[in-house]
Amino acid sequence: MNIAAATNENLANISNYLVYSAMAVYVLAFLAHIAEWVFGSRSKVGKTAAALTAADAAPADSVKVAVKQAGGTAVLERPKVVTRSAAGTRDVPDGPGAAAGDEQGDLYGRFAISLTVLAFLLHFAGVFTRGWSVQRAPWGNMYEFSTTFSMVAVGAYLIFLAAKKNVRWMGLPLITTVLLDLGLAVTVLYTESDQLVPALDSYWLWIHVSLAITCGALFYLGAVATILYLFRDRFEAKVADPSGPQPGSFAKSVLSRMPAAASLDKFAYRVNAAVFPFWTFTIVAGAIWAESAWGRYWGWDPKEVWSFITWVVYACYLHARATAGWKGRKAAYLAIVAFLCFLFNYYGVNMFVDGLHSYSGV
Amino acid sequence: MSTTDQRGATTDSDLEAATSQLSTAPVDEDAAAPQGQAVAGSFGGVRRPGTAGAIAWTGREITGWVRWIWRQLTSMRVALILLFLLSLGSIPGSLIPQTSVDQIKVDRFREQHETLAPIYDKLQLFDVYSSVWFSAIYILLFISLAGCIVPRSWQFVGQLRAKPPKAPRRLDRLPAYTTWQTEKPADEVLEAAQRMMKKRRFRAYTSGGAVAAEKGYLREAGNLLFHIALFVLLIAFAVGQLWKADGGKLVMEGDGFSNTLTQYDDFRPGTFSGAEDLDPFGFTLNDFTAKFARSGPQKGSAREFRADVTWWKGADGKPQKSAIRSNHPLTVDDTKIYLMSHGYAPVVTVTDGKGETAYKGPVPFLPQDGNLTSSGAIKVTDAKDKNGKKDQLAFQGFFVPTYGGKGSGSMFSQFPEPDYPVLFLTAYHGDLGLDAGIPQNVYQLETKNMKQFKRKGGGPLAQMMLPGETMKLPNGAGSLKFEGYEQWASFQISQQKGNGWALGGAMAAIFGLAGSLFIQRRRVWVRASEDADGRTTVELAGLGRSESAKLPEELADLAVALHPAAPPVSEDQEEGARA
Ligand code: HEM
Repeated sequence: MNIAAATNENLANISNYLVYSAMAVYVLAFLAHIAEWVFGSRSKVGKTAAALTAADAAPADSVKVAVKQAGGTAVLERPKVVTRSAAGTRDVPDGPGAAAGDEQGDLYGRFAISLTVLAFLLHFAGVFTRGWSVQRAPWGNMYEFSTTFSMVAVGAYLIFLAAKKNVRWMGLPLITTVLLDLGLAVTVLYTESDQLVPALDSYWLWIHVSLAITCGALFYLGAVATILYLFRDRFEAKVADPSGPQPGSFAKSVLSRMPAAASLDKFAYRVNAAVFPFWTFTIVAGAIWAESAWGRYWGWDPKEVWSFITWVVYACYLHARATAGWKGRKAAYLAIVAFLCFLFNYYGVNMFVDGLHSYSGV
Repeated sequence: MSTTDQRGATTDSDLEAATSQLSTAPVDEDAAAPQGQAVAGSFGGVRRPGTAGAIAWTGREITGWVRWIWRQLTSMRVALILLFLLSLGSIPGSLIPQTSVDQIKVDRFREQHETLAPIYDKLQLFDVYSSVWFSAIYILLFISLAGCIVPRSWQFVGQLRAKPPKAPRRLDRLPAYTTWQTEKPADEVLEAAQRMMKKRRFRAYTSGGAVAAEKGYLREAGNLLFHIALFVLLIAFAVGQLWKADGGKLVMEGDGFSNTLTQYDDFRPGTFSGAEDLDPFGFTLNDFTAKFARSGPQKGSAREFRADVTWWKGADGKPQKSAIRSNHPLTVDDTKIYLMSHGYAPVVTVTDGKGETAYKGPVPFLPQDGNLTSSGAIKVTDAKDKNGKKDQLAFQGFFVPTYGGKGSGSMFSQFPEPDYPVLFLTAYHGDLGLDAGIPQNVYQLETKNMKQFKRKGGGPLAQMMLPGETMKLPNGAGSLKFEGYEQWASFQISQQKGNGWALGGAMAAIFGLAGSLFIQRRRVWVRASEDADGRTTVELAGLGRSESAKLPEELADLAVALHPAAPPVSEDQEEGARA
């Protein structure tokens, strides 16, 4: 492959069309999700959900999760395992979801997910052709980072869905932000497809940058869950104390359909904790690359500093989770600060701080 | 399960024992001892009268305080605060220019902010990462870390030696629980259970009618490995900073370099290493290639830089050929040679007033922009005027690889490759000031004692030349012929120790982290008890560090695995028995 190979403009144009089509389908998915929420709000289950979480908060002993599957041999059934939550956690069942049992709402919800799958495929094809058009990894400038970033976020969300994780609630917030991200990418950040400058022409680009984008996208899902946890936690606390101020009707309608605070918190923790070693590796890979490109593996360049800060704040978060007095909301704030650091590193440092990593293309 | 309470109320201490030592994390002081000595009070206790009493009291007071400080410093809460301070402390260094990163930017900042700069200086904000306060944060953090690792390691060794705790009395109070009845005798079931657990690499033993098993010790091992690896990283980083030496060298195509101090253009020795530690080697730059995009949206941006070199080790080692490119330095022992930048050197022949060749050869010019508009100075020290008197000559100006054309009105290069090379110079004569011994920038002219040649009309003499053209100085003072141009490349030569250790530490940290975060440490108990009518009730319960979705799954797996050895009585019978 010749590095100076002529840009295949045709493919680059196709890539742009694909990204625009993906956006159009995401808009449809967004509308379908809105319909899901609207229909869900007229549902009886939805209306009573708030009351349910308050009055019928299941006593600790009776939260039963039956794990029933066909066993190894046809004769045996998998035994029932009874689980109970740790002491001190609020035992509130998960909300019924956006459609809240409303059939039509549920139909729209499924429709939204199908559209998301379609949009994701277009999105993926757009990123792929973009890379193909220049015979390189499609992440050489901020337009390419942003399109790949939201693609990975949606991909991870779909994988979680396929693995039957309780993430369907995430559809609307995720699609909304994906649309924002893509809108920003095609307008402000757009850069014509072209070859890389020699400094970026290294196989570490594949490893380091793809990992950074993937970690970011997953941290993002964690952050969305954390933010929602904070809302839902406050909501549950208010409902649990009927003498205090009660949530408004809109908050009630929306939040009562969401998963329990404990579930959200657990999901966010698992995602953040699982991504953390990969984020560590991303930084190490960057250091190895810096060593071969600039002659030092660590030089306190702004991008390096902010990766380090992000890493330390996530480490803080993990420590906080291990310390009794810092669990819950305080740890959640740390997780959000950590993600904001990641975001600043990504947008802020690329655009406003100049250092060696100045290749935003803008 | 309506009759379970008959076994009596389970004490919380029973459960607590089951949970104890499931990790080596220190017990949080907030939770464990809310009434502890949180506020420093008097540690000395009663003070006896007299000097002896006062000394004893002071001693007790001091040890009390030291202990208290140590306990605080090594607590998780303080570790948390220090970590957070570390991240806060890193921020200014990314927003304010740093001496260690870019001295020129710091100087510019100083000029622009006359009131702010002295304050920043006081706070060491131009050297954040070597400042007293930043060092204090990370040194405290690492003391705290040491104070944390050591006891935890001991504790972990203890846990590896000890057996998992005995089964709590009421297994159904544990986070995951399952039960069934079988007709096999209890001791047979327990034996099978222990065998099965061991096969699944649980540490298991049977006591008091129950098997106690534990697995996932690698989690703690990973966590300790991670924290120890942080130390390795820190030390490797410090070694790297202290024993680092680097320097720069500009080499003309066809010229060479050998790694001794005198050959460097600039050299920055490390705190503990200097010229005498330089690895012996040398290289010649055979050919330099730079390619740029000729079309497309990023026309003019770089596509390839390559320096083809021949290098040898020692004084006269076997010559080897290599290419140095961006991202691909040449490594010789502990030293790496990086390609930093490149440019053009116009080749000129300067004839003095006597008609003799006073200078002949390439003069490197420094690039000023992306299209390699380059500026420089030609200093001719051995020139004489037409009377044979010493009169130094100097030329200053620009080299432009691709001139925009007569009408363009711009002396800026239009493209970085030499498509239409033009040299634009003005000329001086007089005293270059090089004999004064004051170091001078070779790319700039010190014109204090020089006089500019004037044109006939009175304006300064300035001329634009194509290769082969000559600039004649007035009054027979000499001439300069622009012969052509050559390329140069500049290299950074750095020697750094401890890189291997840093990489090893980082890798160990990642593996440790993965172990610490992906492995669950968990305990499983199996109890089998026979009742009066000869049936055996099998109970399985599991407990993890945190609630985990995997634990119930695993417990179900274990139960399924135990079924062949303890076949359940069919559901109907069981229901019947219960009713
Ligand atoms: C140099 C700074 C430090 C960093 C970057 C760091 C990072 C981490 C990380 C990422 C974890 C998560 C792994 C897990 O949850 O198992 C962790 C766990 C832990 N750290 Fe640190 N740590 C540092 C210093 C300390 C210090 C000073 C202490 C002692 C006071 C400490 C005690 C612990 C303990 C006890 C755990 C285990 C928590 C658990 O088992 O859940 N760490 N550390």
